[in-house]
Formats: sequence, structure tokens, C-alpha cells
Amino acid sequence: MTILSSNNVTKRFGGLVAVDQFDLGLQELAIHSIIGPNGAGKTTFFNCVTGFYWPEEGEIYFNGQSLKGLQPDRIAHLGIARTYQNIRLFSNMTAIENILVGQHPRLKASPIDAILHTPHFHKEEEAALEEANRLVRFVGLVGLGDHLARNLPYGAQRRLEIARALASKPKLLLLDEPTAGMNPQESAEMMRFIRNLRDELAITILLIEHDMRVVMGISEIITVLDYGMKIAEGSPEEIQRNPRVIEAYLGRGAASGLGQNSD
Amino acid sequence: MKKRIASVTERLKEILSSPIGRWALIGAVVAVILIIPMIQFQQRAFWVRVIGYTGLYIILGLGLNVVVGLAGLLDLGYVAFYAIGAYAYALLASGHFDTHISFWLVLPFAALLAGFAGILLGIPVLRMRGDYLAIVTLGFGEIIRMLVTNLTDLTNGSQGVIGIDSPYLFGLELKTSTHFYYMIFIFVIAVIFITQRLDRSRVGRSWIAMREDEDAAQMVGVNTTRYKLLAFAVGALIGGLGGAIFAAWQGSIFPDNFNLMVSVNVLCLIIIGGMGSIPGVVIGSFALITLPDILRQFSDYRLLLFGFLLIVMMIARPEGFIPSQRRRLELHAEKLAHAGPSESITEGGA
Repeated sequence: MTILSSNNVTKRFGGLVAVDQFDLGLQELAIHSIIGPNGAGKTTFFNCVTGFYWPEEGEIYFNGQSLKGLQPDRIAHLGIARTYQNIRLFSNMTAIENILVGQHPRLKASPIDAILHTPHFHKEEEAALEEANRLVRFVGLVGLGDHLARNLPYGAQRRLEIARALASKPKLLLLDEPTAGMNPQESAEMMRFIRNLRDELAITILLIEHDMRVVMGISEIITVLDYGMKIAEGSPEEIQRNPRVIEAYLGRGAASGLGQNSD
Repeated sequence: MKKRIASVTERLKEILSSPIGRWALIGAVVAVILIIPMIQFQQRAFWVRVIGYTGLYIILGLGLNVVVGLAGLLDLGYVAFYAIGAYAYALLASGHFDTHISFWLVLPFAALLAGFAGILLGIPVLRMRGDYLAIVTLGFGEIIRMLVTNLTDLTNGSQGVIGIDSPYLFGLELKTSTHFYYMIFIFVIAVIFITQRLDRSRVGRSWIAMREDEDAAQMVGVNTTRYKLLAFAVGALIGGLGGAIFAAWQGSIFPDNFNLMVSVNVLCLIIIGGMGSIPGVVIGSFALITLPDILRQFSDYRLLLFGFLLIVMMIARPEGFIPSQRRRLELHAEKLAHAGPSESITEGGA
């Protein structure tokens, strides 16, 4: 079943076409990667899915519902969560608080509940706090929960960002370069972690990634973007052999040479 | 100097960080404040007035703290809501229109009116950030002041509204500064209670998240439009409350009471106390409102000395006297029902 589909999506910035008539069908429970050279429009597409940008043309459907004209907070309520290429945490809040904010769509307490401390408020806050503590454990940040997000080491910040995204219990998780800046061992760990999210939590994963070892190791299907256009789609093996992909990455000359060596 | 201030504030922080120390300190401060008007001493009237006035600024500070400190919306026109609250009471309970509605009825109305004005200001500035927001709100504060100056039929212009009714409480006419001293004290406690509870809830977390990164906050599901308007409304409501109390206490109000300096002072006391910090607002109010009055004996050098103190303060402690402290929320393993993460996270996840 398709969980997310993008039909003919085009996003322009002035004269620049960042995403050009992009079609994508994301299967439920897949681990699907979008790759492409810098500036290919990958993050722009993420921003279109999450409602941060509204595409000029085309439409995106999530579970059959059109996302057209929805604000990011509405889209978050529908069950889409994301992380950012350049980590965007709430720096002056603690790790736990970051996760609590992440639970926002699932909490209902009104300002009046908060002032009066109604039983409903107490129950909800307690459950939210317990859940946040569980997520801290789940992403391996035990003992760091009360530290301000900005004081956490880089790797911990990445994991906290994922924990914040998971806090809303999303059905679809968009990961923008989750292994950026990690060494091979950390990347391998992150790959296992991402696979776990899908296998144990039943979350569909769409990721942007530059590290080819990660992309080829984890993806079930890969979509390649170049200059905003989809140039290839398929399994990791198919993509590795695809001459257009090699050309986009390494130029025409290299394409002919490498294409022969790659298998 | 710098070192000494740092070490004193370090000690203060230590005391404040233990719950017993904190409650002892709060209890002591509250006791002193409650007792002052009961002691007979030469300058009693002066102190009651100054501390009462400080209390009024604590109320204003707590209100603006919601907008600036928590939600991160730089509002330089906060005085507008103070003015709206004050004029609402003055016009409805004075000889001006010969309407004499009870203070306790007008008070919630004045607060709600100011809150409504907060939303009206909020709507056009939703998309503005930082300096742009500051400029528009600055203008809003001035517009309200100009309106009360020039709508002479309604507000009597620069002649002001005089002969404002005193509130009555169980037949007792509240007219002395001591009466208002205690009344303001109760309102300070109430406003601290409300703002602290908002701060420590989903609402306060959303405000702070918005302050930290508006886009990311919206992406995790915070309806930034609603929470910005809510912050403006809550802040304005509290400002209107302060204004109505001010009008009742003074018995007469003039447009000049509501100039830009009020907004600036309230903003300064928040910054000096520590952005987003409720104890900070209290300390900041004493530093900024009480201190200049104490320094009155230095007459002309008063503001010079005061300015000097502010500069020293900002160099020694740029984050404020009592910077906002985040609460410790990490539970120990034994407190968690099940340490295994996945079962609870999975539920409803698919």
C-alpha cells in the first residue's frame, strides 16, 4: 500500500526549479532513500511534504489525504515527523523537554487545565513524562535527559532529534542525512537503529543520505534526483549500475569508465 | 567587584537550588513584605508606596514575561494594555460618565478587554519576527497613548480622568496605600501561580519551543498561530489587570502615566531578572523599581548611579540575576513501570 504519493510536484524559487514534476510512491513500511548531488532538490521535497513549502504544481497525498494547503503543524498531526540536516533542537530546553514538545500532537490539556491542574492534566503530564523517559532510554541517552539540548554531544543531539520526532508516534518519518558527520562505526549503528524503527515500531522511513555505504546498506528502494528531476528509481543494485546516476554524480566521462567496473 | 557579585549570586543560586532553602527564602521574603506595613517607623508611608508600586511592576513583568521571556515575542508596546486596563476602570467607575460600577466587576472586564486588544495586536504581527515585531509593537503602544490623549470626548485627553472610585471589599473602602499594598500582594501571588502553571505545561513548553525555533516547533505539531495569539492575550490580560489596579489606587490617571518608559522599564526588569524566569521578574522589579526610589537621597546623581549599577550588572551577569532554570524531569530506572521502550512506543504507532 502506498503511504505517501507525490504527483507531478513542482517547486520553484524565482526562476530556479528546485523540484521538477516529481513523482514518488512510497510503500508502507518501506525504507526508501532519496539521493542526488548537492542542490538536487531533496530537502526542498522534504519541505514540500512537511508543509514548510507549498509546491506550485502537483499534489502530495498522505494515506490518501491531500496535503495541499496544510500548515506544518496539521501535517504533524496526521502522522509525519522529520529531522533536519543541520540539527534543529530547542537548544535551551532539556532533552526530556524536547521530547515532551515532540508529544504535542498527542496531548490535549488546555491552558485552563494547566492552570487548574485538573485530574486530566495530571494524568496526561505523568504519562507524557514517563513516555519521554522511555524514549530517552530507547535512543540511548540515559543520564542525559536533564541536560540542555545545546550542551549534548553531536551524536546525542542527532539521536535526541529522532526521539523528538518519534514522540508524536508518527507513521512516516523523514530523516534528512541522519548520519552526516558520523564515523563509519556510528553510521553502522545508526543504520541498525533506523532498521529497528521500521521493524519494531512499524514506521515507514523516507531518508535523504549522502553516505553511499549507508544508502546501499539500508535502502529497499532508491530514488535519484538531479536538478529537481527524478532520473532513476530502483533497488540499490539497479541504481549502482544505472549509467544516468553515475553520470549525475561523476560526470559523463567517468560514467563510461565506472559503469563497466561497477559490477 | 565582578568577582564579588559572581560569588554572591553563586551562593544565592546554591540556596535557591535546594528546595528547603528555596522555600525558606520565599517564606522569609513573604513574611517581611507582609509585616512592613504593620511596623510603625518614620518612612513607613514611603516604603509601603514604593513596595506596592514594585508589586504592580511585578504583575506587569510577569505578564510581559509570558510574551517576551517564554514565547520570545519582543513586545515594546506593553504599556498599551496597562493603559487599556486603567482607562477601562477609570471610565466605568468615576464621575467622568457618572457610571459607578463595582471594581470587582470591572476588573475582569478590563483584563478581558486588554486581552482582546492583545489578540488584535497579535493578528497583524503573526508573521513578524525580532526587530520588525519590536517596531510594530512600539508603534502600537504609542498609538494607544495618542488615542487616550486625543479622544478628548471619551478620555478627557491630557486633563486625565480624576475622581476614580475606590474599590469596596465587604463594605470596607480600599483607599489607603496599605490597602492596595495587600491587594497587590494577593494579585502578585495569583499571577505567579497562574504563569508558573502555564510555564510548566504543554502550553509553556510550546511557547519556549517557539522561542527557540519557530519552524521546528511548528513541525512537531505546535500551532504557532494559536500559541502566539495566546501568549499575546495572556500577557495583555495581565497588563490590563495591573492597569485597573493602578487606576483604582491612584484615583486619577493621565495619558502621561502610559508613556514608552513603562514598556522599557518592564522589559528591562525582565532582562535584568533573567528572561523567562519568574523569580527573576520579582528580583528585577525590586532592582529596577525599588532601588531608584531608595537612591533618591542622592538626588541628581540618582540616575547616574542607577545606570552605572545596570551596566555593572549586565557585564557581570548578562543572563540576569536568576536565569530561568529548567526543571529536572529524568526519572530513575526504578520509577519507570517498564524499562523496555518499544512496547509503549509501538502502541498506536502502526
